[in-house]
Amino acid sequence: MTSAILRRVPQALCVVWLAATLAFAAMKLTPGDPAQALLAASGATPSEIAAERARLGLDDPVLVQYVRYLGELLRGNLGSSWLHGRPVSQMITERAGPTISLALAALTVGTALGVALGLVAAARQGTWLDTLVTGLAVTSLSIPVYWSGLLAILLFSLGLGWLPSSGEGDLRHLILPATVLGVASSGSIARLVRARMIEVLQAPYVTAARGRGLSGWHVLTAHVLRAALPSTVTVIALQLGFLLGGAVVTEAVFARRGLGQLALESIQWRDLPVVRGIIVFAAVAYMLTSLAADLVHAWLDPRLREDGLA
Amino acid sequence: MIRWHPNARRPLARQPLTLLGLAWLLVVGLITVLVPALTHTSPMATDPARTLEPPSADHPLGTDALGRDVLTRLAWGARWTLQMGLLGLTLSVGLGLPIGLVAGAFGGWVDTLLMRLMDALLAFPGLLLAMALIAVLGSGLAPVAVAVGFTASPAYARVARSAAREVRSETYVQASRAVGAGPGRILWRHILPNASPPLLAFAAVQLGWILLNGAALNFLGLGVPPGTPEWGAMLAEGRGFLRDAPWASAFPGLALTMTVLAANLVGDGVQELMRPR
Repeated sequence: MTSAILRRVPQALCVVWLAATLAFAAMKLTPGDPAQALLAASGATPSEIAAERARLGLDDPVLVQYVRYLGELLRGNLGSSWLHGRPVSQMITERAGPTISLALAALTVGTALGVALGLVAAARQGTWLDTLVTGLAVTSLSIPVYWSGLLAILLFSLGLGWLPSSGEGDLRHLILPATVLGVASSGSIARLVRARMIEVLQAPYVTAARGRGLSGWHVLTAHVLRAALPSTVTVIALQLGFLLGGAVVTEAVFARRGLGQLALESIQWRDLPVVRGIIVFAAVAYMLTSLAADLVHAWLDPRLREDGLA
Repeated sequence: MIRWHPNARRPLARQPLTLLGLAWLLVVGLITVLVPALTHTSPMATDPARTLEPPSADHPLGTDALGRDVLTRLAWGARWTLQMGLLGLTLSVGLGLPIGLVAGAFGGWVDTLLMRLMDALLAFPGLLLAMALIAVLGSGLAPVAVAVGFTASPAYARVARSAAREVRSETYVQASRAVGAGPGRILWRHILPNASPPLLAFAAVQLGWILLNGAALNFLGLGVPPGTPEWGAMLAEGRGFLRDAPWASAFPGLALTMTVLAANLVGDGVQELMRPR
């Protein structure tokens, strides 16, 4: 188990390093002078802009800038916003709350719904119920959240007046966006759970358990679900990338002031350090989650616990 | 050239949903070609006297906040949306297919290098990466297609890699190598045709993803200029009038959902064709 962690960590670090490098390269390839962008509004003279360039270290060779960038990154410094002059890491921390709560709530809804639907479809494989669930699953992953979100607002906020349509804060603000985003992610979870369950259902020990006269439900929960659970954890963790992206759009629909809105504003103002900071933050968050999922997988699956991760 | 499973469990004729999806994609494709002949008003023609009108005989799907006919704009929107989708898909397959095939067919350090690079790209949440690319590329339909297509390509490379790995040790590939065929010829003549069914299925699924996320960028205002009859942009414009004129945003969303669903159904159906009975 320890060796498994030790083997996984450098791999994850390598991917994060590559991602950070790609983000650096993309920013270097963007046309436009950052010093000019910073001082454009204040009407600075060319010599002031040149001084700013020197201060920011933009006159140094690219390799020097790159090494400095990585060094700062290691210390958790993501640079400063061109627009506000504030540290990017501080801006991200301020706005991460609504996004993380939305992503986690949506993950809960999506997992509960997805696992339940996948379970039912696999247990009743080939019947009309299976067809219905499979149809619902493919529909859920085809519906844009920016459409289902608007329809939900139309029905539950404007029509019935049950829930607020915008803003963040208490649980009532979270219900609609989390449900909309959760339903959107439940489709792929249901499909994968169903496929994995059907695979397990064909295993000899399931037939053996049935042969011993155990009830269908008992076999399903005690044997099949238990065997299918570890790989399901990985699948659910992989949903986090989708949820972070989906949260951006969902936040726009429900006017939540989270990371997505920050990303959107920074792109519209071409505040590239903030864009880069959010991207690197998201990549790190994603890597940490999938690392955690692998460890949970190893912990749940006794075979991996003994042999280490493949 | 494509090799299906000779004894598919569910042939195309027995997949009503796949056929329905194909039919819908065909209809949308036809609309994009025929739209100038089908519509008699311009999608940009405003009518200040008839804004936010509910569906009627004159305007079967109602009018928007500027009095423009929603149905006409929807039909023109098919052209914008599908153009973006096909451009994005071309880029995704154009980048992902060669990378994945080479990685899968050659293996070794080439495989490790290419796939680690793809992993790094996959570590970014898809839509966020596309948004960041827009920050670099600027806004417009082509940047949206490029951003979404590029973001989709690592996933395509992965599927192409596993498809190539599955056939690379087949006897016909070894036989071809034994008679002296070069790597290019083996890739093109043997690995690609035999690996193509899953590649085709995944291309359909990716078309759905590209449409969904490209329209999302337009919805967020990062893509096409305001007023463009593109489905995502129409949804965003109609959103301000949700209470008074839900049709202005509901119908573009419905059209988009049905097209994405059609692409996904076709993708699933093609996968079914490969499963042995």
